[in-house]
Amino acid sequence: MKYIDYYDVLGVPRDASQEDIKKAYRKLAHQYHPDVSKDPDAERKFKEVAEAYATLKDPEKRAAFDNLGRHPSGEEFVPPHQWQQHFQEGSADFSDVDLADLLAAFAAAQRADRQERSRMAVNGQDFETSMPVTLEQAYSGAEADLTISVLEEDERGMPRRVPKTYRIRIPKGVSDGQRLRLPQKGGPGFNGGRPGDLYVRMQLQPHPIFRASNRDLYIDLPLAPWEAALGATVEVPTLGGLVELRIPEGTVAGRKLRLSGRGLPDASGKHGDLYAIAKIDIPSKLSARERELFQQLAAESRFNPRSFPEARS
Amino acid sequence: MTTTITESVWLNTSDICSFDHVIEVSGLSADELHELIDMGIIQPSSSKANALFFRMECIVIARKARQLRDDFELDTRGLALALSLLRKMDELESEIAQLRARLMR
Repeated sequence: MKYIDYYDVLGVPRDASQEDIKKAYRKLAHQYHPDVSKDPDAERKFKEVAEAYATLKDPEKRAAFDNLGRHPSGEEFVPPHQWQQHFQEGSADFSDVDLADLLAAFAAAQRADRQERSRMAVNGQDFETSMPVTLEQAYSGAEADLTISVLEEDERGMPRRVPKTYRIRIPKGVSDGQRLRLPQKGGPGFNGGRPGDLYVRMQLQPHPIFRASNRDLYIDLPLAPWEAALGATVEVPTLGGLVELRIPEGTVAGRKLRLSGRGLPDASGKHGDLYAIAKIDIPSKLSARERELFQQLAAESRFNPRSFPEARS
Repeated sequence: MTTTITESVWLNTSDICSFDHVIEVSGLSADELHELIDMGIIQPSSSKANALFFRMECIVIARKARQLRDDFELDTRGLALALSLLRKMDELESEIAQLRARLMR
């Protein structure tokens, strides 16, 4: 088990008052709350801060934590002998235990020992996790497995994190940020309290070709100068396979060509559109003949793409 | 490792739930939910014989309200302000993402 110095996490001394602990928590919670912070690491930091506060604000958990002595943060350690008696006579294996889970179990065991609040039903904690969803899965619907680490007690009452895998049906038309609730698949309840729920947030993944804007998809479509100038029929990838698209004569760069109904579906099955944005590309190295033809065009064409207003001196 | 197939509920706009269900699942009190409805933060989809019904997706806002209440010890007025600012932020972020998708790379 890894030691975490909760006083260090909140930046308070070990003899800090409850008021100081609360103040420090509030300040850090505002800084790292995942709903307000832009820090990519905010969720992990907030969890750490919340875990430290949950331990230090509870006198029983704080006393149990203080009882562990001081260790450098991240150091592997084994709890003192009196802790182990709470779970089983003799020595228990603490190598795969989370400190916060153990403190919670220890404090609960102490309360039960004193028969205080032991009959109060406590609902289990809700868990929240995210699930990456590809555009292909959102387009066609899919089944995917989600593995999370769940808190369980072994026969000695020792809390452990064990992996659990749930099969999830991703419906056609799922949108970014949409949530799925798995009732009673969160943390266990105590004294008759119901287990918490598991919430899964769908996270649409960036696609190498398509960009999603609600139900519409956008794709950059490179065209040769002569395809753009003369018009052509080209193949365009869509989530449903390749389709032919007619490029009108005189297509300029940036023009959006719409492929109706080739975007993402919504929950009712109605599809958005796919927009191909024309992008004029040229060969990076010209063959002798290509050079000759371009030179001939340059000499003969009267086209001037730059029509800036006359510069004033 | 075994894979479990379990009951699951999509928090979407098409399915409906009751007032009591929102309370049970979110952890808000009935008074808090009533106040958030009065302040327009959570909107019922319909009411029948004095019973309020909600779109399933409103559970996401109700849970966020409960989390903010617990994490920052906010009252319902503070919650309403925080939730409207967060909603505004979500709308702007989604608008930026949509505009970015339309730009040629």
